[in-house]
Amino acid sequence: MEKFSMQIILALFMGLLARIYMIRIDQRQYPSYPQGLISHLTLGVIASSLGAVALPALIQKEYGAVTFLALAAQQFRDVRNMERQSLDNIEGTELVPRGTAYIEEIAKAFEARNYMVIITSLTTSIFFYLGKKINLHLYGQIVLGALTGMIMAAVLKKVLKRQLIMEIAEVKPAKIHFKGPLLMVNDVVIMNIGLKASRKIYEEVGIAVEIIPHDANGRETLASIGQRQAIAHNTAVQLGIRKDVDEPDFTPMLRRNPNNGHIVFSLIPMEPNIDLLVEAVKRTPVLETAKRKPLESKKGKSENNQLKGEL
Amino acid sequence: MDFGIKENIVAIVTTDKNMISTTTVPVFYANSEEQKEKTALLVSKITMGMVHDLENGSYVIVKH
Repeated sequence: MEKFSMQIILALFMGLLARIYMIRIDQRQYPSYPQGLISHLTLGVIASSLGAVALPALIQKEYGAVTFLALAAQQFRDVRNMERQSLDNIEGTELVPRGTAYIEEIAKAFEARNYMVIITSLTTSIFFYLGKKINLHLYGQIVLGALTGMIMAAVLKKVLKRQLIMEIAEVKPAKIHFKGPLLMVNDVVIMNIGLKASRKIYEEVGIAVEIIPHDANGRETLASIGQRQAIAHNTAVQLGIRKDVDEPDFTPMLRRNPNNGHIVFSLIPMEPNIDLLVEAVKRTPVLETAKRKPLESKKGKSENNQLKGEL
Repeated sequence: MDFGIKENIVAIVTTDKNMISTTTVPVFYANSEEQKEKTALLVSKITMGMVHDLENGSYVIVKH
């Protein structure tokens, strides 16, 4: 195994680097810090070691080791389960729930990132070995392996990059008003608010936006209830929400204008700054599971295009 | 996943004395608009329900 040590160490290191490159801790506080971060980095080390030893095991004709690797790779499906379960468990404690679609999205992303680590370390190890085959100097092998590993990580990150709301729709500030007890945003009914005190708060500090999809694809994507809940959760977390458990009046809600598919959204944030709200909505990821593409279909295309004209 | 009856009317607060209380939903009578407003707020805080206005002198408190 001595002759492969450099190859394995380099691949392991590149894999771990790829994992760190993909970990993002931001204002949404997910993955949580510090325990969540440590557990994901540890899983990253395991994943990258799997990728790193795969090629040496094959070269040594250790076919048993390869089947063992396949078994170990199965374990990464549990990462998704683990994430889903833990997010499901804390769902009841959130003032504005994430919604099941968003949870599924996060869980899937963590699984995919571990596979990305395996692929990166495997690529590094393959190119290191190729460097050896064409009689490169040891430093040459290291540079070749590290370089291809880096390129692979960058490419995978680009592939795994999610769309943002601002790529499928335009977000504009909107006006809140009341029609009797009905809370309206740009003439779309959000809900019936009975208490006059609550209505007053909405009129004083409430802010609202209208999300206008660019085309029929965006329109159908935004129709997804999971996507809408994800927007509500993200903005509420970033702007802070003026609400407690016994105040359902201030639950942020996204409602759809059934005539044209526009989404309206009103919120009572701790910081009533409309620019922040627009920015937060714009930067919400488009959920993979919510994505719809009616314009891609053969049959519905003409009708969808006609509908597009109405937008 | 929690199961249970959702979206049900838990109470009615009204100034309309003609409204008849049934056994299923309690009706709270109020003498004035202010009292109706206050009773509705108190009941909604207790039940964690939401107050909706029916615009006929009655508020319904609904658990969502």
